[in-house]
Amino acid sequence: MKTDQTRRGAVVKQAFVKSVPVMAGYIVLGIGFGILLHDAGYGILWSFAMSALIYAGSMQYVGVSLLAGGASVVTAILTTVMVNARHLFYSISMIGRYQNAGRYKPYLIFALTDETYSLLCDGETPEGADPDLYRFLVSAFDQCYWICGSLLGSILGAALPFSTAGVEFSMTALFVASFTQQWLDSHDHTPATVGLAGSLACLLLFGAESFLIPAMLVITLTLTLLRPRLSGKGAAK
Amino acid sequence: MTVSNPYAALLVGIMALVTMLLRFLPFLIFRKGRTPAYISYLGDVLPQAIIGMLVIYCLKDVSLTSAPYGLPELLAALAVVGLQVWRRSSLISILSGTAIYMVLIRIL
Repeated sequence: MKTDQTRRGAVVKQAFVKSVPVMAGYIVLGIGFGILLHDAGYGILWSFAMSALIYAGSMQYVGVSLLAGGASVVTAILTTVMVNARHLFYSISMIGRYQNAGRYKPYLIFALTDETYSLLCDGETPEGADPDLYRFLVSAFDQCYWICGSLLGSILGAALPFSTAGVEFSMTALFVASFTQQWLDSHDHTPATVGLAGSLACLLLFGAESFLIPAMLVITLTLTLLRPRLSGKGAAK
Repeated sequence: MTVSNPYAALLVGIMALVTMLLRFLPFLIFRKGRTPAYISYLGDVLPQAIIGMLVIYCLKDVSLTSAPYGLPELLAALAVVGLQVWRRSSLISILSGTAIYMVLIRIL
């Protein structure tokens, strides 16, 4: 059984290494969330509950303002659907990969955040490692970072001795870095260009508050029309 | 205005349930072995498109018409792209890009 244990240890290590790029971003963004929530009058238990149960970064930031503003139930439902609708797409693109993940499947689906998705969407897993266990561990490490950051933020509250203005850019930097990496890794850049250009066009047309849903429709429609050209060409890695 | 604790718990519960529903729905609709070719195709091409959308989403509130005209975002994002092409390490790109941004918003 020793070989099993060493192999398991190796998978834990490989998953940890894979998750490291998300660590800093999640801890920093988590701290930011904890601080915001604290300032809105909700302490560490709320912070833990939200990061454990919702576990969606941008939604939790929006959630702070929903709580602080006393939003209605309907507003809460619609806002969550709008901010998180992209998760439908993450799940769709992971159906094949998570289909036979067995006991890990429910958590893998629950924990499919933007960042975890960007780590796992290339489909690569280390040689000899159980891919489902590996993906489960990467997902779990990521949520640990997020929860740790949130709790830290709640504890620190507004008492940080220095101004942290600008740390929120780590979220942007994370997406720009994965966009760049995917661009470098793919032969056909049409999907990436469609995503960027379609979203930009919708942002200009519909404005910052309401462009997300139109952008998703435009992207899906455009990629659907381009299907005869793109499918089978190995556009995606 | 701060809401009562039970109501706040209800809102948190709603956010959690709706988020879970969105994540689980595709798996409930497209069961094992019955994923249509069109959905598989979307799964292949959407990741890159969605990351592009998220980049725009992060930058949606940047004002190009008032100082500093989106310069901190533009310069920091270019630094991230450059570092990613050069070093291929997301952690280096993200930490450096964020640090550069934090400096830029204080000096520009």
